[in-house]
Amino acid sequence: MRPHLTRAHRRYTPWLLVAPALLWLAVFSLWPALNTAVLSFTNVHILSGGRFTGLHNYALMWQDPLLRDAIVNTLIFMAVCVPLLTVLPLLLALLVQRTLPFMGFFRTVFYFPVIASAVVVALIWQWLLDDRGLVNGLGRQAGLLHHAVPFLTDRWLLLASAIALTVWKGLGYYMVLYLSALGNVRRDLHEAAAVDGAGAVRRFRSVTVPGVRGTMALVSVLIAVSSMRVFTELYVLGGRTGGVGGQDVSLVMLIQQAAAGSDGRIGYASALSVLLFALTAGPLLLLARWNRRGER
Amino acid sequence: MRRPPRRRSAVFDSVTPLGLTARYLTLLLVLAITVGPMLWELATSLKSIAEDVYTASPRLLPQHPTLGNYGRVARLVPVGHFALNSVLVALADVTGNLVGATLAGYALARLPFRGRRLVVGLFLSTLVLPGEVTIISQYQTVAKLGLGDSLLGVGLPGMIGALNVLLMRNAFLAVPAELEEAAVIDGATVLQRLRFVALPAVRGTLSVIAILTFIGAWDDFLWPLLVLQSPGRLTLTVGLSYLRGAFSADPRTVAAGAVIALLPVLALFVTLQRYFFRGVGEGAVKG
Repeated sequence: MRPHLTRAHRRYTPWLLVAPALLWLAVFSLWPALNTAVLSFTNVHILSGGRFTGLHNYALMWQDPLLRDAIVNTLIFMAVCVPLLTVLPLLLALLVQRTLPFMGFFRTVFYFPVIASAVVVALIWQWLLDDRGLVNGLGRQAGLLHHAVPFLTDRWLLLASAIALTVWKGLGYYMVLYLSALGNVRRDLHEAAAVDGAGAVRRFRSVTVPGVRGTMALVSVLIAVSSMRVFTELYVLGGRTGGVGGQDVSLVMLIQQAAAGSDGRIGYASALSVLLFALTAGPLLLLARWNRRGER
Repeated sequence: MRRPPRRRSAVFDSVTPLGLTARYLTLLLVLAITVGPMLWELATSLKSIAEDVYTASPRLLPQHPTLGNYGRVARLVPVGHFALNSVLVALADVTGNLVGATLAGYALARLPFRGRRLVVGLFLSTLVLPGEVTIISQYQTVAKLGLGDSLLGVGLPGMIGALNVLLMRNAFLAVPAELEEAAVIDGATVLQRLRFVALPAVRGTLSVIAILTFIGAWDDFLWPLLVLQSPGRLTLTVGLSYLRGAFSADPRTVAAGAVIALLPVLALFVTLQRYFFRGVGEGAVKG
């Protein structure tokens, strides 16, 4: 600690500077978090006070068939997105990392889907995957399809479409995370391995991957968590209702559905929120443990 | 200086002409996959009603390019008004974060005070809390403040993000303390030190926060969807989500709406991408 920096301000100055941020943290994060837990044990509705009902909401969850659908969908989302979005963006980052002509251009454009709002992207994909859209059109033209593939109306195809959209939108985001990590991978190790006759694949496995292993762990946790937080992609792509049969739902969609409308069931929505938190805490704790082991 | 020969792989080691070709071909393929859907949407928005957009053999370029769809979508829903609402929310969030996160980040990095570690811990702890978990209860808070169905209610909670506070703290920690010690000896106050010594050194992180906050607010959907009900107060994303089905089955009109929401953020990003990637290089994007 530097003594003259310490003495140079009055005792309350730091608190004045921190106060607005702390206020926001308390009102819009900490209090709602606490309140969510409390509300999950009540039957509060949007217009009425409600009372404590113990574990009733949690018991209701067991009998909610839509929740089962949402969890199945989330697991499929994770199973596809985690491996794809952990590996593909790394390869992409390696491709644009070198100082070659147009690399800045590629980097910028690959980030476009990240910047686009999920609503806009879903609208774009709706048109692409329409019965009479581009994908079906090209398929028919190539003679591969004889009737339209119901990407947006079939229960599983809609889920697959939302997953494809998520991967497409996420590539650039994780590419940038890898780019900043790759900056720290030691060049000399690469050179040394190359001198020793290691091919590109070998060097990728023995130099690059160990160098960005921490980032890969972080990225896969981020993807696992964001797979559980899916909302807009499914909501817009499935026409607000979770597809024709209403089974293409996510946890967050159920939370939104439960709380929406003039008879919104805040209590039940809060119980679902607590469930969401419990699920996302798993991967995050795992990451914290990896980090601690890495520091030792 | 001569290097010993080494084995190369076509794509990742592209120093040979073959390798370079393979690398650029791969990049062009990814480029097509990335911007193809957006270009197709743009093309659709420029096709006239007379042109068949459902052709069996898809055609990218419009036969008679027209801006008519943009007028049509604006007559269906007040796109300009929605866009203005989105801009207002985004600007409020950018301003709030630049000021609030800078002040707090500076204090947490540079000014020793009792309880500082606890405060840092509080900010850190909310990072493991996905926004969706607290969103219902947050809506209740905003409604109790009398801000339900208002733009202020949409913008307010995002005005100081915990992550941004921590990012600013990290940025200030990376500035050599010696710079400020000189200012202290010269009798500068805390705010003078922040304004004239520390702030110029963290411009990279500031620009990343500004860019990401603006884009985040412009693109946000679930929160404004919960808060806003009156048709006149919707933000652009919420307004557009009602476009297909409720108002129009015509892909050209929907496409025009999508392009209106897409182009401003893309333009903003292209203009500022230099600062963005530089800030990323400085470590402003982590986790």
